[in-house]
Amino acid sequence: MAAPVLRWGCRGRRWALACVDGGSCYRRGPPTGSTCDRIRGQSSVAQQPLHTAQKPRKGEHKWAAVVGLEIHAQISSNSKLFSGSQVRFSAPPNSLVSFFDASLPGTLPVLNRRCVEAAVMTGLALNCHINKKSLFDRKHYFYADLPAGYQITQQRLPIAVNGSLTYGISAGKERGQVIPKTVRVKQIQLEQDSGKSLHDDLRSQTLIDLNRAEGQLRVDANISVHHPGQPLGVRTEVKNLNSIRFLAKAIDYEIQRQISELENGGEILNETRSFHEKLGCTVSMRDKEAKQDYRFMPEPNLPPLLLYDATSLPTGADPQQVINIDQIRETLPELPSVTRERLVQQYGMLPEHSFTLLNEVGLLEFFQNVIKETRAEPKKVTSWVLNIFLGYLKQENLAVSESPVTPSVLAELLDLLDSRTISSSAAKQVFEELWKREGKTPGQIVSEKQLELMQDRGALEQFCYSVMKDHPQVVMDVKKGNSRAINKLIGLVRKATLNRADPAMIKEILEKQLST
Amino acid sequence: HSGSSLRIASAALKQGQITPTELCQKCLSLIKKTKFLNAYITVSEEVALKQAEESEKRYKNGQSLGDLDGIPIAVKDNFSTSGIETTCASNMLKGYVPPYNATVVQKLLDQGALLMGKTNLDEFAMGSGSTDGIFGPVKNPWSYSKQYREKKKQNPHSKSGDSDWLITGGSSGGSAAAVSAFTCYAALGSDTGGSTRNPAAHCGLVGFKPSYGLVSRHGLIPLVNSMDQFYHIFSCITKGPEAQNFIKSFIPILFQFCVFTSSYKEYLVPELSSEIQSLWSRAADLFESQGAKVIEVSLPHTSYSIVCYHVLCTSEVASNMARFDGLQYGKLTVDLKKNTKNPLIHHPFFSHRNYENYFIKAQKVRRLIANDFVNAFNSGVDVLLTPTTLSEAVPYLEFIKEDNRTRSAQDDIFTQAVNMAGLPAVSIPVALSNQGLPIGLQFIGRAFDDQQLLTVAKWFEKQVQFPVIQLQELMDDCSAILENEKIASVSLKQ
Repeated sequence: MAAPVLRWGCRGRRWALACVDGGSCYRRGPPTGSTCDRIRGQSSVAQQPLHTAQKPRKGEHKWAAVVGLEIHAQISSNSKLFSGSQVRFSAPPNSLVSFFDASLPGTLPVLNRRCVEAAVMTGLALNCHINKKSLFDRKHYFYADLPAGYQITQQRLPIAVNGSLTYGISAGKERGQVIPKTVRVKQIQLEQDSGKSLHDDLRSQTLIDLNRAEGQLRVDANISVHHPGQPLGVRTEVKNLNSIRFLAKAIDYEIQRQISELENGGEILNETRSFHEKLGCTVSMRDKEAKQDYRFMPEPNLPPLLLYDATSLPTGADPQQVINIDQIRETLPELPSVTRERLVQQYGMLPEHSFTLLNEVGLLEFFQNVIKETRAEPKKVTSWVLNIFLGYLKQENLAVSESPVTPSVLAELLDLLDSRTISSSAAKQVFEELWKREGKTPGQIVSEKQLELMQDRGALEQFCYSVMKDHPQVVMDVKKGNSRAINKLIGLVRKATLNRADPAMIKEILEKQLST
Repeated sequence: HSGSSLRIASAALKQGQITPTELCQKCLSLIKKTKFLNAYITVSEEVALKQAEESEKRYKNGQSLGDLDGIPIAVKDNFSTSGIETTCASNMLKGYVPPYNATVVQKLLDQGALLMGKTNLDEFAMGSGSTDGIFGPVKNPWSYSKQYREKKKQNPHSKSGDSDWLITGGSSGGSAAAVSAFTCYAALGSDTGGSTRNPAAHCGLVGFKPSYGLVSRHGLIPLVNSMDQFYHIFSCITKGPEAQNFIKSFIPILFQFCVFTSSYKEYLVPELSSEIQSLWSRAADLFESQGAKVIEVSLPHTSYSIVCYHVLCTSEVASNMARFDGLQYGKLTVDLKKNTKNPLIHHPFFSHRNYENYFIKAQKVRRLIANDFVNAFNSGVDVLLTPTTLSEAVPYLEFIKEDNRTRSAQDDIFTQAVNMAGLPAVSIPVALSNQGLPIGLQFIGRAFDDQQLLTVAKWFEKQVQFPVIQLQELMDDCSAILENEKIASVSLKQ
């Protein structure tokens, strides 16, 4: 960017960059105005509900929007991608800067092994093809937070390409129906990031911190619109979006803006825009000017990165000196989609439930621990964990790890429910008590509050009989065919038993007695 | 001390014939006497004396660090030296004091060498004359040698006075002049296209460039990362010390008669002086007479090497210069053009538009050039023999008639293909020209066969017995020169 841009990131940090695009993908016509090739895909309009969608005018072709995402994610490692500087949160500015990070003349980059492994893991997790040979390039532009005047990245031949990510959208007519969608990952590349610029308007100065930014995800969105069947439109880039919410808003806004512009006879400029959070709109970041030429050049100080797999590994190779893709694949944890599938198969839960279980940190583990310790059916456990337990957590904005109820305690409670010692509503009462952190076990609470269900069937039959005797009119209603009348009877029996009878059993007994 | 080589000095130190401090003082005084040569940008007198003191202690305790302990050396000013200003002869880095030593500098210091100072160069090592730095040009000590002066007297056309001084060649001219004038026993230079074999040849010195990748470039302020290599210049090859520092132990072996070649065809350019051509031929004959097999090989892509080098060089240079915005260190500047003299920086052959046509093509041509050498070596050749320069050192006034870039393009013809192929090469001074000026020949070896290359070169050096520069008159009568740069007569002493 020729004009200074507010970029923030961190000096010499390890970032992977994934170019992601939506929906089915195909490439039409030459990519407009970009030195970075991106395959853009067509996101079907039905997939992304446009809340502010403007209905196309009569007679107009419908519009299709194309969105490509450039995601900057920091690799978790002890030191930086090309230098030995430490990586630490909240360090004082410029305290984690090596000679190389400061771009002192004569310094040379050294590749961090851990970062390469992380990139390979990411590539494998996203179903990419891992390039056994990848290259590093210099991307040149001038900005104060880029001391060397260039950034080392992987433009020509990145470490991983052609991946995909399957995700689910809650849509469809049936409740809990999840529609699977796939997004393509064009490539994953290792790249150095810049420092952090802090603009001090008071003193009209800009301060540069060459440490690192604070471990955030950063997304740039590329958006264009076109009529289906026609070549892709001119794209704009909206930079530095750091929340999913703003990302969605920015994309929606920009799609609309472009459609309006074009329908009014205007044209879209290939430009960079930023998202104004308060106004909810995108604004152009600079005047019309020549497109940025990054003058990519191979990085002469880093030889090609060669990776091996089990078949290509040279015999007698020192494991410290080589990276084996197959070995890394073995160390991958179970991927979320596999886990979700397994949960659905194993426990018979709805796909929607599997998403919820995985989306909350620690919830899956909690769930599995409860399953281990309880006799109750998985479906019961699912229901309790996702509805009641999660509900209480959300109410108090707690993480799973902060829960006052442990898996064992919940398991105990569910056992009581399962053995019909208590009723469902009683169990909920107990749960509420457990949440108060008074250290009592479910059993203790049940006996204290006398919540045990009546076990004596005979006594219950007696209750039913006397209620029926006392309310002949209601009995008459039931016999006439009024289905709701029986609930009244059930309610009366429950009241009479001080809520210590299982409503299901009450109903069963009443029905039996009524039929005689 | 005339003709004293590093080995002799080292032996003298070990035997206690001279102390490191005395040696250091001697060199410092010579530096002062030869200041007009403009070989040094920074003289690190205090540092050197302190190092000498420590070296002396070690010798007293019988704990010398090796053959380099107490030996004065100089370092070209594009190598980072901790605490000592490193300018690259450019306004961009004037006042820049690095916080670390280049690896090769550190290795020398770890061996106990004494750092006399930072030597002058073409700005950012771009040039072949050592004339284009902000501190002014370097003068070739041979301009003041008895050998040259006497020949000049005989020439009726020669101009009188000092205005006729000769260039050292470049870009590591300061290092060459420093060694040639006896102010130190060895010096570090850098070599991207031959810009130190060139001054080595012009100053009658040995200049050795190891295989690319053999030694760390960390701390060498880069010009063309893919071709830069450091270089050492000394008055003659000695076995052991410097080699031990930088390459695997160098065991002196008997010269095995090896197949030798004299690459002839493409290097026989019209600009090559007939004297050099004849010396080249005689050198080949010498090897042949000793039983080596001398054949002529062809390096067919040589004719493209200049232009290929130009494209790649300017591209990498422009990239390496991108950091000199003056914000982190050096001089704050918006317009880089104002602060560096060399227009080489502003040719982005790797702009998006031109990348395919220029940069990639040049890389392909580079591969072809490198393959020429591979093929030659695969056909049974052990060492290649070529001239180092087109001619002997020329007068400054003649040199500046063309701009440095044109000069480099011409003068580097024998040397820069070697950088492109990453091979080891060494220039050996052979004989004096008719004008009494040094002429050198270049030996090129297989990649990582540095040991064999040096062995061959050492044998050759012994055979030719290149004369020592006679600067005695200069030393004795330096005051006259310091005051008045125009010497009325070259004959200072009868």
